[in-house]
Amino acid sequence: MSAQTITCIGCPMGCRLRVLIAGGQVASVDGAGCGRGAVYARQECVCPTRMVTSLVRVQGRHAPLSVKTARPVPKEKIFACLQSIRAARVTPPVRIGDVIVADVCGTGVDVVATMACTEGDS
Amino acid sequence: MTDIDIVIIGGGPAGLAAAVAAREAGCDRLLLFERDEVLGGILPQCIHTGFGLHVFQEELTGPEYAQRFIDRVHALEIPVQCGTTVLDVTRDRVVTAVSPMCGLRQFRAKAIVLAMGCRERTRGALMIPGWRPAGVYTAGLAQRWVNREGWMPGRRVVILGSGDIGLIMARRMMFEGAKVLACVELMPYSSGLTRNVVQCLDDYDIPLMLSHTVTDIHGRERVEGVTVAQVDAQRMPVPGTEQRFDCDTLLLSVGLIPENELSKAAGVELAEATAGPVVDESLQTSVSGIFACGNVLHVHDLVDEVTRESAQAGRAAAAFARSAAGLPPPALRVRDGAGVRGVVPQAICAERVAEDVSLMFRPTAVFKDATAAVKIDRVEVARQRFRILTPGEMVKLTLPKGLFARFKGACELTVEVTE
Ligand SMILES: Cc1cc2nc3c(=O)[nH]c(=O)nc-3n(C[C@H](O)[C@H](O)[C@H](O)COP(=O)(O)OP(=O)(O)OC[C@H]3O[C@@H](n4cnc5c(N)ncnc54)[C@H](O)[C@@H]3O)c2cc1C
Ligand code: SF4
Repeated sequence: MSAQTITCIGCPMGCRLRVLIAGGQVASVDGAGCGRGAVYARQECVCPTRMVTSLVRVQGRHAPLSVKTARPVPKEKIFACLQSIRAARVTPPVRIGDVIVADVCGTGVDVVATMACTEGDS
Repeated sequence: MTDIDIVIIGGGPAGLAAAVAAREAGCDRLLLFERDEVLGGILPQCIHTGFGLHVFQEELTGPEYAQRFIDRVHALEIPVQCGTTVLDVTRDRVVTAVSPMCGLRQFRAKAIVLAMGCRERTRGALMIPGWRPAGVYTAGLAQRWVNREGWMPGRRVVILGSGDIGLIMARRMMFEGAKVLACVELMPYSSGLTRNVVQCLDDYDIPLMLSHTVTDIHGRERVEGVTVAQVDAQRMPVPGTEQRFDCDTLLLSVGLIPENELSKAAGVELAEATAGPVVDESLQTSVSGIFACGNVLHVHDLVDEVTRESAQAGRAAAAFARSAAGLPPPALRVRDGAGVRGVVPQAICAERVAEDVSLMFRPTAVFKDATAAVKIDRVEVARQRFRILTPGEMVKLTLPKGLFARFKGACELTVEVTE
């Protein structure tokens, strides 16, 4: 049995949720102002995920290209994902949605471009 | 001098949405000016997600959201001139623009849409003592350097102000390998979204110091540190609470100011509460044929709301350019009641309301279990309950256009918030 206190992000109330976890499952949630609090706590305390957005270097240019994970990845993998994004290099042309890093860090999620760059741009 | 139907000033989400809507409303001769080399306004530097949930029902990044509208603008063959700065706008709607390619040119427009966005409040407006060393930047400028130009302003960072841009930049700097020591906020609450406080600060154990401020900046050539102190209820530093942080960068996220130099030149009346133009329900300013939308009108939190508002301005400008008929002045004055600041629009013409009217405003403080009520000449016409209202989130109440038929000749509409 372990306890954790988190802030619900469901609305600006920002309720402080006291969550009891037993056997990898949420046993109880205290302090939620509405039903959404418990739903959020179950997700956030058992397998928190985040979208990761960052930049990759473009061959021969100073200006970087913006990228995102196509879906949220487990929170504890954020910095590992950032590292493999940093190691990547792209060569123009790139279109929005092009895969920049496939299956990043074994998450099963691709890193895709959120910006286009053509051969002529600088 | 070239004659034209509509000139749109600014190619951010506001200008783009206005252009698309004006074209779709049948305007052939329109022209959009953008002083930057690319379209999209502030969006290309906002690489995080959180844009478009309302407009597209998906969570896009800033560059993706902008691209959807840039694609629409191109598909509709709307003429766009980037690298072109508008220098002057007159009351009789003459627009002067300059670009390296075409030099100085003048256009006589039937209608104008002001969509110049806003700029960030700087340190000068804040009066922190100390030298002026390098290393003190606004958060939005740092965002542009890191995300668009690819260089880092520093390695050890303190952030003053907990606005969303500052919160987002705290995470961004962490991602790029910097250490963010603290986010310091003068008020007892954050002005940013809870989601951003949790996902940009809490996730990375960055302390949010509420009711604190920066009282001194150390270093002569380059920032070497800052002193942070707690403030009392009057927001004055409490002696003895000072602590020093060694850092090379101080980012300021202390608010945005609508960019209204051109509006002033045209004689457009500005509202004190919003620092933007006074507009009627069609988003027309006090100068007939000049419309305003987006952050130049009032500072928005959500780009989706900017898009909705600006499309309305585009349609209204197209209608004006077509008829150019003198419209009756709006007789119904909109007033900020108790607990409310900066309602937009500031006036309504009950006789000609063409679309549902969205009243947008911010509460003056945090209100729990709050009720927002709208009264026209003391008759309550709308009421909505909210679990919480905070100055960090704009409130919108929409009144159906049919309602106004009952209030022709009315004088005053008031919005108020009570607990
Ligand atoms: C620094 C900053 C960061 C932000 N980050 C976020 C965020 O992370 N998430 C979020 O939801 N919202 C964010 N916002 C708010 C959001 O970006 C705005 O809601 C939206 O961009 C407003 O759109 P706009 O078109 O009114 O203004 P802008 O996007 O600012 O566009 C205005 C455009 O007008 C152009 N312009 C100005 N004057 C002239 C002139 N004289 N001649 C020609 N062109 C001119 C400017 O170059 C600019 O491109 C941010 C705002 C700022 C200022
Ligand atoms: S629990 Fe409900 S009321 Fe509390 S922050 Fe979450 S969504 Fe808002």
